Amino acid sequence: MEAKHESLLEIHDLSVSFRMYDHALEQHDLQVISDLHLTVRPGEVVAIAGSSGSGKSLLASAILGILPGNATVHGHLHYKGQQLTPERQAQLRGTEIALVPQSIAYLDPLMKVGRQADGHRRPRPTEKRRKLFARFGLPEQTENLYPFQLSGGMARRVLVSTALITDAKLVIADEPTPGMSLDQALEALTLFRTLADEGRGVILITHDIDLAFAFADRVAVFYAGTTVETAPAADFRTGPEALRHPYSQALWRALPQNGFEPVPGFQPYAGNLPKGCLYAPRCPYRTPECEQAVPPVRTVRGGEVRCYHGA
Amino acid sequence: MALEAKNLSFRYARNLPWVLENRSLRVEEGERLGLFAPSGYGKTTLAMVLSGYLQPTRGEVLLDGKPLPMTGVCPVQLIYQHPEKAINPRWRLRKVLEESGQLDEAVLGAFGIEPAWLDRFPRELSGGELQRFCVARALMSGCRYLICDEISTMLDVITQAQIWNVVLSEAEKRNMAVIAVTHNRHLAQRICTRTVDLSE
Repeated sequence: MEAKHESLLEIHDLSVSFRMYDHALEQHDLQVISDLHLTVRPGEVVAIAGSSGSGKSLLASAILGILPGNATVHGHLHYKGQQLTPERQAQLRGTEIALVPQSIAYLDPLMKVGRQADGHRRPRPTEKRRKLFARFGLPEQTENLYPFQLSGGMARRVLVSTALITDAKLVIADEPTPGMSLDQALEALTLFRTLADEGRGVILITHDIDLAFAFADRVAVFYAGTTVETAPAADFRTGPEALRHPYSQALWRALPQNGFEPVPGFQPYAGNLPKGCLYAPRCPYRTPECEQAVPPVRTVRGGEVRCYHGA
Repeated sequence: MALEAKNLSFRYARNLPWVLENRSLRVEEGERLGLFAPSGYGKTTLAMVLSGYLQPTRGEVLLDGKPLPMTGVCPVQLIYQHPEKAINPRWRLRKVLEESGQLDEAVLGAFGIEPAWLDRFPRELSGGELQRFCVARALMSGCRYLICDEISTMLDVITQAQIWNVVLSEAEKRNMAVIAVTHNRHLAQRICTRTVDLSE
């Protein structure tokens, strides 16, 4: 290709909403992702951290175009400079863009995992897959087992293999490591790092944020369906004083090795979002201004933050 | 007063290898035990044998010197690793909770379970939200031994700290024993009074 694209994936002002039934035939739209920004460049691992139910997996589905029928997507979604239309998404997923799904329920229960990881590719990538399985420490006979015969961590390693077997330029890993022991998780993350170093882009959605901080280039923090902070991973390794948003600081402090202190309160429920800053009800630094309007994205010390006070 | 596993061995079929071999374990009431092992070492299998979901091929599980009761609510409750597979997908969450008794407002509040969620189906909630229901229904059953099979690996760290703080304070209040299966050594250090590594 002649044109050199700065970014592999560019997302601006993305919003996703679901059409829900109230009662009888009355419907309303429930907005679950709003004003979301994210950029992934080739050679980069972007970790997505954030609360459960903040729309991390939905973002993955939106990029791949596999949201359920009652979902509507608005905003700019660009892959290699071209808009991601439903037709293009269908073309790209599984070849150019690969997904490591979040739930091990994505494995076909009636199919041996070896054949399942090979997929519909011809010729069968059996050799490559065996190497991947061996690298993940899966015993040789694993390929002849059915998903129900695997432990949680083994199934997870099979899922990761199914994505790595493709030559995808963009890999979206939706919580690839739970259930794996520390060594296996490190092995998986090292593989993702290698993929990125070969010039691909990796989106790593994870709750093992202490590991993600070590392997990622940048970290995007999600809260209630939007990005509150995007910062170099080094800032997260430094500690809360280097972070810009109060929620990122709270995440850091809740790690078992850093205090294990949960901030009180809960993420607001979609459909019942506060008018101003989404984090304001739980924020120790909130001012009247925060409750009036959603703060704009500001660039502070090489990172982006959606907060009036972050500095 | 203790939950005891005596010389447990287990395999899923006669022609398959042993998953557990001659494993013994004793958990006192009020104790908090952390279980470690690489994936595939039989942690989940051990959890299911201890809570009565699987019968050991050899050996026995004893609660206060007697086998686990076969009727009524089991005093040993297991919370699974994958909440999306542990909840009936065709039940609204209110029914899921009511199966284990009267709704306990205090427990629901402590877990941040929104009243609106009770009328939803499991597929309409995230994994982290579902796991709160799984922990809440186990606590509402009034169990004395709670086995937590990697219950917080799919949760964000703030929710993880919230849920564990509730579990720990409930455990304190009713002198309940907790067996936590985890890969996270930092977490085990925070929540457990003793740890066992199955690979040793």
